[in-house]
Amino acid sequence: MMSGTLSLLFRERLRVMRYTLSENPVNMLAFVLFGLLALAALFGPMLAPHDPLATNAQDALQAPSAQYWFGTDQLGRDVFSRVLVATRLDLLIALGAVLISCVVGSVIGAILGYFGGMLDATASRVVDVLMAFPLFVLAMALVAALGNTVMNVIYATAIINLPFYIRLARAEVNVRRNLGYVEAARVGGSGHTRILMVFLLPNILSPVVIQASVNLGWAVLNAAGLSFLGLGVRPPTPEWGIMVAEGARFITSGEWWIALFPGLALMVAVFAFNLLGDALRDILDPRLRT
Amino acid sequence: MSAEALLSVRSLSVNFRTRSGTVAVLDRVTFDVAPGEIVGIVGESGSGKSVTAFAVMGILDAAAQITSGEILFEGRNVLAMGARERDAWRGSEASIIFQNPRTALNPIRTAGEQIGDVLARHVPDTATVIRAKVLDALRQVRIPDPEKRAKSYPFELSGGLCQRIGIAMALSCSPKLLIADEPTTGLDVTTQAVIMDLIRDLAHERNLGTVLITHDLALASEYCDRIVVMHAGHVVEAAPVAELFAHPRHPYTTRLLRSVPSIADDISQLQAISGSLPDLRRSDLPPCRFAERCDRRIPACDAAGLMLEAAGPSHTVACRNPL
Amino acid sequence: MSRILWRLLGSVPTLFGVVVATFLLTRVLPGDPAVFFASNPSMTAEDIERVRQSLGLDKSLPEQFLIYLNALLHGDLGMSISTGLPVSTELMNRLPASGELTIFAFVLAIAVAIPLGVLAALRPGSVIDHACRLIATLGVSMPTFVTGLLLIYLFYYLLGVAPEPIGRLDPFLVDPPQVTRLITVDALLAGDLETFWAALRQIILPGVTMALFALAPLARMTRASMLGALSSEFVRTARANGLSRSKVVFTYAFRNAMLPLVTTLAMTFSYMLGANVLVERVFAWPGVGAFALDSLISLDYAPLQGFMLLMAGIFILVNLVADLTIAAIDPRAGLK
Repeated sequence: MMSGTLSLLFRERLRVMRYTLSENPVNMLAFVLFGLLALAALFGPMLAPHDPLATNAQDALQAPSAQYWFGTDQLGRDVFSRVLVATRLDLLIALGAVLISCVVGSVIGAILGYFGGMLDATASRVVDVLMAFPLFVLAMALVAALGNTVMNVIYATAIINLPFYIRLARAEVNVRRNLGYVEAARVGGSGHTRILMVFLLPNILSPVVIQASVNLGWAVLNAAGLSFLGLGVRPPTPEWGIMVAEGARFITSGEWWIALFPGLALMVAVFAFNLLGDALRDILDPRLRT
Repeated sequence: MSAEALLSVRSLSVNFRTRSGTVAVLDRVTFDVAPGEIVGIVGESGSGKSVTAFAVMGILDAAAQITSGEILFEGRNVLAMGARERDAWRGSEASIIFQNPRTALNPIRTAGEQIGDVLARHVPDTATVIRAKVLDALRQVRIPDPEKRAKSYPFELSGGLCQRIGIAMALSCSPKLLIADEPTTGLDVTTQAVIMDLIRDLAHERNLGTVLITHDLALASEYCDRIVVMHAGHVVEAAPVAELFAHPRHPYTTRLLRSVPSIADDISQLQAISGSLPDLRRSDLPPCRFAERCDRRIPACDAAGLMLEAAGPSHTVACRNPL
Repeated sequence: MSRILWRLLGSVPTLFGVVVATFLLTRVLPGDPAVFFASNPSMTAEDIERVRQSLGLDKSLPEQFLIYLNALLHGDLGMSISTGLPVSTELMNRLPASGELTIFAFVLAIAVAIPLGVLAALRPGSVIDHACRLIATLGVSMPTFVTGLLLIYLFYYLLGVAPEPIGRLDPFLVDPPQVTRLITVDALLAGDLETFWAALRQIILPGVTMALFALAPLARMTRASMLGALSSEFVRTARANGLSRSKVVFTYAFRNAMLPLVTTLAMTFSYMLGANVLVERVFAWPGVGAFALDSLISLDYAPLQGFMLLMAGIFILVNLVADLTIAAIDPRAGLK
């Protein structure tokens, strides 16, 4: 019975998905781009034609050619290989940050929304204070405070994203906590933890996933921005933000490819995530479809 | 077609383009309104009453398209007017009031400013003159303390007062035609009567041709001179109130009459109308769109070319097997 | 008037929270500045201890906070170790540069985004509508530092129409007399067209970079709220009463669409404050963002603290202005 309804639900989702994809070619583009990014992240190091770290003084600052598709940088490293290999690190930072903020934020928000009261009022005030800082500046200061490492870039990005999930989960749980089925569970003797874990959190999954997919693009931008400023990832590690920073010095002397290609990769990734967010919204929450 | 008609809608057809195809929302709708006459257009929701009103005023949705017919106002075809001419006509010669009086007003502009906007558009004058005219307009709809109300925002006013503001705005430039689209549906019962009395009195005082659009047959019977019954985008019957109630000819009209508590003689006669409006997107719509709900259906009903035909002096009906 | 006062009082707790947050944040920053000085071999252990004492680092955290709060109330944000000047002086010297850039970009973004969004809403499905949507999606995908570099490459290196990205004014030109301390405005006030033109040429590229970044959310929101207003019943009433198209679009639809837009404007301004750091870096713009970044790298945390406070203060101020603007447009907001 249970599996029957589930498979029915699944088939319904599939149907909506096929509809959304055929109806809207832009959504199709989102999935294709995302697939390419995933491939690059998984197999990038294997596919790279050159060693991303190998310097080659003779071939420094070469314009794009058949041998070096995206040219070479000031140390003669192959820009194409570096851009390709960097995909994994950039996506990992963004995914990690979004995953942390989404899980932690949802749980905090759900607890606040469920219990309410003083705790809720105080926490909301703290969230307000957090939101009063320009978020990028806050991330900058956090990385500086926590220490200049990749993990801390992930934590900082996660922290500045927290308020969105806390507010979302809080609002969603708040409207549900007095609904019939939650009331029934309470009368049936379920404890607070069980009600939250079994009855409330799964039900707010959909809006949280949508928020997360929209957030991914922003997390990529944020992390790359931090490393562009020299926070987090250190050279010679291939990473898009840092590569743009390195290429910036050569822009005014005409060596455009060093900064352009990692910049383009960054743009494509953010663009793909933003489109993907819209597509997921269409599939998961048909009510919002316009 | 009466020569002295103020408004004469001739064979008006309107299509809506939707994702699932074209919908014939109005099909050859025809009726007249004489000066000073109150005509009720009655029908279920979805029968095309409001679309008819919006088509006359030229405020249809972008998805709607007038495919044929004409709308004559004092003999001039409104549909042939240019955009500017039509704008100048709207609000000065013909006006409309809407269903939800509160949302029909701009929430961040005072009542006086909104009436003043209409006056300034059609009869431009100095600010002082316009202000005086606004107060006049408010007095005409019997608003107490007009100086104060002119400075009020819609959210500070009751629904009834908002509808009076709407009426004051519609009548500020002394039009000859007023269309009232379910003017009392959003109001409570006591206010309903007050607003309807006001509309009737103003119509009589000013010799105003009035179209009252309502789903409430009892209301229409009380305030109207003549009633036009619509069903699924067709006009099925039109007659003076007394005639329509005494001798309804169309099966839909009789069923409509029997569904109204205050008109049915006792509760045992009260009947719901079976079935619902046909899906207008269907390609196989029968010539008579009531046929599938009708208990008097005969083979002739399925022949094409159903028209409104005279069934007595000033009584028309579109039925092959009338009562 | 009392409403404004209330709203001002309402931001006091947030402001206090911001002070606590910046204090805590900068106190956990790594790198004791005394140790930073210790990298100088001529410093002895006593010297380091003296530095610690002079900075109040030997006291307990609550004590340090009270001292900090007291200084703050006197407008004292501490000293910048790397430049040796008071942080407040440093910030005030650099704020006009950031202000000029941010305001220029903000005005530019508004001037493009709002007409674009309005036109898109007036003709849904038209070329302008599609352009608006494309810009909105592309705009949020463009990292400011990449756009900035691309613009430099294109307009400075390739076309040669833009000046070298080295700050606010060509070093060979003399700054105009300081009035507003916004160079373009001051040059105009002094009637010095040559300086004005030079300053304008400097600000265009960074300004456009920032404006592109702000364009997307603004155009998107303008389009959405304008579409909502245009399909509202009161716009239908206005049309039915024969009001002219311009009256319907501007007085009726646009003024109502402004309400959600003002909130988005405030939010976008806050994003721009953050983006300032990146853009100032790319264009060597001598603003507060670049200063904060330099201080951060040299472990000089008083300026960073001051910068965070300044940004949060501006943010709270901007929100206040947005609230008051909404209250001025919407009579319903004035009730509360």
